[in-house]
Amino acid sequence: MTKTPVISARNLDKFYGEFHALKNLSIDVAEGERVVICGPSGSGKSTLIRCFNALEYHQSGQLIVDGIEVYEGSNEIIRLRQNVGMVFQQFNLFPHLTVLENLMIGPLKVRRVSKADAEATARRYLDRVHIPDQADKYPRQLSGGQQQRVAIARSLCMESKIILFDEPTSALDPEMINEVLDVMVELAEDGMTMVCVTHEMGFARKIADRMVFMDDGEIVEVADPETFFTAPRSERCRDFLEKVLHH
Amino acid sequence: MKILNRLHWVDWLILALITGFALYIWLQIAGTLNYKWRWHLIPNYIVGWHTKREEWFANVLLQGLMVTIRITLYASILALVLGIGLGLARTSRNMTVRLLARTYVEFLRNIPPLVVIFIFFFFLSVPMIDALGLERWARAIARSENNQIWIFFFGDMRLFPQLVAGTVVLALFESAFVGEIVRAGIQSVDKGQREAARSIGMTYMQEMRYVILPQAVKKVIPPLANQFITLIKDSSIVSLISVQELTFKTLELVASTRLIFEAWLVCAGFYFIICFGLSQLFARLEK
Ligand SMILES: Nc1ncnc2c1ncn2[C@@H]1O[C@H](COP(=O)(O)OP(=O)(O)OP(=O)(O)O)[C@@H](O)[C@H]1O
Ligand SMILES: [Mg+2]
Repeated sequence: MTKTPVISARNLDKFYGEFHALKNLSIDVAEGERVVICGPSGSGKSTLIRCFNALEYHQSGQLIVDGIEVYEGSNEIIRLRQNVGMVFQQFNLFPHLTVLENLMIGPLKVRRVSKADAEATARRYLDRVHIPDQADKYPRQLSGGQQQRVAIARSLCMESKIILFDEPTSALDPEMINEVLDVMVELAEDGMTMVCVTHEMGFARKIADRMVFMDDGEIVEVADPETFFTAPRSERCRDFLEKVLHH
Repeated sequence: MKILNRLHWVDWLILALITGFALYIWLQIAGTLNYKWRWHLIPNYIVGWHTKREEWFANVLLQGLMVTIRITLYASILALVLGIGLGLARTSRNMTVRLLARTYVEFLRNIPPLVVIFIFFFFLSVPMIDALGLERWARAIARSENNQIWIFFFGDMRLFPQLVAGTVVLALFESAFVGEIVRAGIQSVDKGQREAARSIGMTYMQEMRYVILPQAVKKVIPPLANQFITLIKDSSIVSLISVQELTFKTLELVASTRLIFEAWLVCAGFYFIICFGLSQLFARLEK
């Protein structure tokens, strides 16, 4: 990579009490790059990407995201999070707000744009996730797939430079997975920087610039998708792919 | 009658026992204590007739009831404000803040209400009222002409310092319970909501104000309504610091007229009607 990285993690260590969740882990993500992270349950995938927007803090090593050093107590965390969106497995939409309000609250209260601008932005992104007609409904009135697309739009409304996805389709019924993946593919095609934890290997193959395989708090393998899926080097990665691909 | 057919012999036995017990008490009062019931005197102590001015006025029992209602209302409002602060402090990320709030709550929960009331009264209320010079200020208003508004909100202004003392003491006492309800409400909101709020760059204050509290409010309203009813009953303990509410007035009435049983029964009736009425009302509103 010749571009400067927008995420640069050097020798991160993270403990939950005694438990060593991230072990001396390093990774760079370049601007506009799409990185897909996979690995068995409990391998630390969520922990890693949650460090990227300071929902968790590492204990040693250095993490710089979008030019801001991440550490507990930093007063730049709020600014950092404005530039790094996150989409959760459980959507986490605000149930007391309508879809439109869900999308507008960040721009209104955090970015402090005008109401008209916030609404215009919200409608633009609702269009982009293909549900322009659901603006006035409440989240509970939408299907899971629609809710997740609203969650993606909520992130986009912050005009973030980077979006993190933590298994965005794992909580969805099978028939709704594709509508969400389609939106994510479109985002990727538009050049958004994406770090995506997912086990949707078809999707990964389509959009990933780089595949990352994690196990036991470590990055075991990093490769371009072609190499990754056809000739993984490590035993653990081969076993894992075996399981998810022939499922 | 259908209801008679539905009664089992056990029910009859229970009814008989209760009737027997009531009769026994009745005979004790009438016979051994040689008590003369004088119910006809009671209405006059609720609403009296002013012979000189030729108008009805609220007499001691009704006055006491009004003070009870006022004090509960004001103490609840104050306790709500304090309790929200306390609830936020209990869920704060700062350990010192959490610890202080916890200490306050535990202090209140593990000391008898009566003792708490006296401590608050002597350590906080009395010095505060002195420092603010409330006594003189209230007496001035009591003597002034245009004091209807004051009287509407606070009753007899000569008793204003006691009202303030009672309100403050009750509110402090109550804030611990409100705080616990608020804490439970905040903690009942899914933690994914906080993470979502943070991930769009909200500060702690914004996260609370726009995401957590609006959702917590729905969950805390029913227990808060219950707590309000509890406070009406608990307010009777401030009679011990000379706040002239219903219990205090009843005590006075009994002392001066010896209408022991009548007065206490009426006093109990007042509390019951208000508390039961409110609980029925809240139950209906919840639906
Ligand atoms: N808040 C926490 N406290 C203690 N341990 C935790 C906490 N969060 C995660 N862990 C532990 O850290 C390890 C890594 O968790 P993480 O959620 O990052 O895994 P993951 O790779 O995302 O797994 P999954 O595929 O199940 O989501 C797990 O063993 C988990 O039990
Ligand atoms: Mg996970």
